[in-house]
Amino acid sequence: MVHLTRKLLSGITLAAMLGVAVVSTQANAATLHMAWSQDATGLDPHKQTAFSSLRLLELIYEPLVRVDASLQIIPAIATSWEFSKDGKMLTFKLDPKAKFQDGTAVTSADVKASFERILDEKTGAAARANFLSIAGIDTPDAATVVFHLSQPDVPILTAMSDVNAAIVPASEIKAGSIGTKALGSGPFKLDKWDPNAKEVLSANKDWAGGATGVDGIEISVLPDEAAILAAMRTKQIDFALLNDPLVATLVPKEASLQLNRVPVLAYHVLQLNPSRKPMTELKVRQAISCAIDRQEVLDTASLGEGKVTGPLTIPALATDPSQLFCYKRDVEKAKKLMAEAGFADGFSATVIGATGEPPTAAAEAQVIQSQLAEIGVKLDIKMMELNVYVDAWLKGDFDMAIALNGGRADPYTMYNRYWTKAGNLQKVANYIDDTLDSQMQQGRAETDPAKRKAIFGKFEKHLAEMSPWIWLYTSYSYTAQQKNIAGFVPTPTGTLFSLSKVTIQQ
Amino acid sequence: MNYLMRRLATFPLVLLGVSILVFVAIRMVPGDSITAMLGTEAGLLTPAQRDSLAAYFGIDQPWFIQYWRWIGGILHGNFGISVTYGRPVLDVILERFPLTLELALLSMIIALAVGMPAGIYAATHNEKPSDLGVRIVAMIGQSTPSFVLGLLIIYALSAGFGVLPAMGEFAPLWQDPLRNLSQLILPAITLGFAFAASVTRISRSAMLDVLSDDYVRTARSKGASARSVIWRHALPNALIPVVTLSGIEFGYLLGGAVIVEQIYALPGLGRMVLDAILQRDYALVQGAVLFIAFNFMIVNLLVDLAYVALDPRIRLGEQ
Repeated sequence: MVHLTRKLLSGITLAAMLGVAVVSTQANAATLHMAWSQDATGLDPHKQTAFSSLRLLELIYEPLVRVDASLQIIPAIATSWEFSKDGKMLTFKLDPKAKFQDGTAVTSADVKASFERILDEKTGAAARANFLSIAGIDTPDAATVVFHLSQPDVPILTAMSDVNAAIVPASEIKAGSIGTKALGSGPFKLDKWDPNAKEVLSANKDWAGGATGVDGIEISVLPDEAAILAAMRTKQIDFALLNDPLVATLVPKEASLQLNRVPVLAYHVLQLNPSRKPMTELKVRQAISCAIDRQEVLDTASLGEGKVTGPLTIPALATDPSQLFCYKRDVEKAKKLMAEAGFADGFSATVIGATGEPPTAAAEAQVIQSQLAEIGVKLDIKMMELNVYVDAWLKGDFDMAIALNGGRADPYTMYNRYWTKAGNLQKVANYIDDTLDSQMQQGRAETDPAKRKAIFGKFEKHLAEMSPWIWLYTSYSYTAQQKNIAGFVPTPTGTLFSLSKVTIQQ
Repeated sequence: MNYLMRRLATFPLVLLGVSILVFVAIRMVPGDSITAMLGTEAGLLTPAQRDSLAAYFGIDQPWFIQYWRWIGGILHGNFGISVTYGRPVLDVILERFPLTLELALLSMIIALAVGMPAGIYAATHNEKPSDLGVRIVAMIGQSTPSFVLGLLIIYALSAGFGVLPAMGEFAPLWQDPLRNLSQLILPAITLGFAFAASVTRISRSAMLDVLSDDYVRTARSKGASARSVIWRHALPNALIPVVTLSGIEFGYLLGGAVIVEQIYALPGLGRMVLDAILQRDYALVQGAVLFIAFNFMIVNLLVDLAYVALDPRIRLGEQ
């Protein structure tokens, strides 16, 4: 037995020594070694919506504009932009230095071709829904693009900051190679993509934004986040994207590592289905809202890593949650509302959630299950594989759903899909009233920031009071890095674009 | 020879059955390639956009036409194109397979090298404290999930010693043997630990059975040494259940060790199939399952042939 143990130990030691040998050959100061647990799922910037795909593609492609850490619009390919007085014409001036990675200049023809591709139904671009107000595109010269809009559409500018509205070469569109070849005007070129294993990026020396801080980025897909942390401990990985708060909260315990965390726009929510009884009853929905202790859900499911939120997660527009309907738990009020609705004895319902997406989904469902039990609501939790969940979600085939829904830098772009009469996801939200629809349309056309804030403030209060969904909390986006990495700026959109200016200190 | 031909003749039939099963099963799971790519954003698509994407993914035709096209392609050596990798399915599978094969072989070597001597030792020390010790370790080995052992090894090495084999990019054996071994040894130990425990238990019990047989008693009474009785007379007969177990286990491992590949970030067949299922890469899932089924059938056949070599009394294919 002793002999066996000794053999085992020597085997492990050998493996460890080999490990050291391998690690030491990897040192390369100019290359940022990065890891994430979920890989990009494709290279077509107009079609991809997965978080990792967007994070990869925004290093390769550029939209006309970007949003910065405070969600303000800043230049990207366009150096300036202007709405006409009636809000129906949007003019961009392009950066004359902007070049695609093959050295050709980015022109207005490329911009026009890119938006025509997005609007073409044959492309299958999900972001098309954000650009339906585009009635025509003029290109008076190579550096000027004019969008003619069918109606005033202020949020379109924010929608144009997304990598789903990236400018791709007109020649590549014509050649049909978008998605098979990644050719953008961004800070990095994609040299190699081995799906679900590795990406190799090299600096684009011609990038109009100036020199990048590193010569390249190597992204490894390490599916287990505990293994990512282990690889960071051994300095194999310089920078990592983390999803699981349980792993992220371990990072600060490592002396050589730094955790970056920032509240994101995405929100955790309990979606009720107001087309199904008894959620058809306003008082039942409100009772559920009053019975849920959002802070407890956050503390238990996500170790307190986040912030209780109302419907609006954009810091500049969000209302203080304590001002919203029943954000302080009130079980007695909830019971009274249930009795008034004729459900004093409660009811049974099923709540669906996606396994691991987010990692806190099952825990959130369990906490809510125990909280709602206090007012007689018996919840049956049904966890599903992500695609099965998405299928049920899109069909609106659920009583209640635990969801982590993406946020946008503009409330109209974020919510028109759910809370307008023509919203593409009305069949998922299953609730609309004239007030919500009208507030959304007002917010869309209003150009004055103060007036917009007031409109969306009323929208948020009304939505919380009608309680079609129970907004819970916003979590953090986490990145971990070695302490010798400098220059990364975490943002509420979760973008990794600032990796373009990151440097590795020796 | 006749037996071999007859067994090989059943392969196409079994593979046809597997092809139908995997084709139907993957399509019965809710969600499709479009929802896998777009998630909830798929709800923003117009019907025309959805149709266009369905045509792109090759899921716009009825099931039987899709199946017919797929099978027709296979008969011409074309397993289809993976929508994730944008490359022929067979190329992607063959790229991932060497790692899986190497990992399976290494695990089996570890399992047999540790498990068989331990099992024989325990059988020859039946009911003694050392036998109990081996049985307890084997029990622990069998009941420890590979993800627990894998994570423990990774944690112990990274937190305790500050080292880990390189993760992320796999070095093939023929390119960099040292790096390759450093990347595979820990996963192989993780997999081999439970495998060795099974081998220990089965070889112990097989050995105990054989040691109580008449011919072993006869050999002993004729004055054969203990070593000769065990290694020459008993072991060959005790090997049959070990070969059966190892064959089945090896066959499973050739299908990929999903959890170990996930933990150690190894781009093997198991992880590829899992990702393909999650991304609803139908052509890749179908091709990979057929490939795995074929391997399993080959391993089964080899196990049957090994019986003959181990026990001349066995005549394959005779009624």
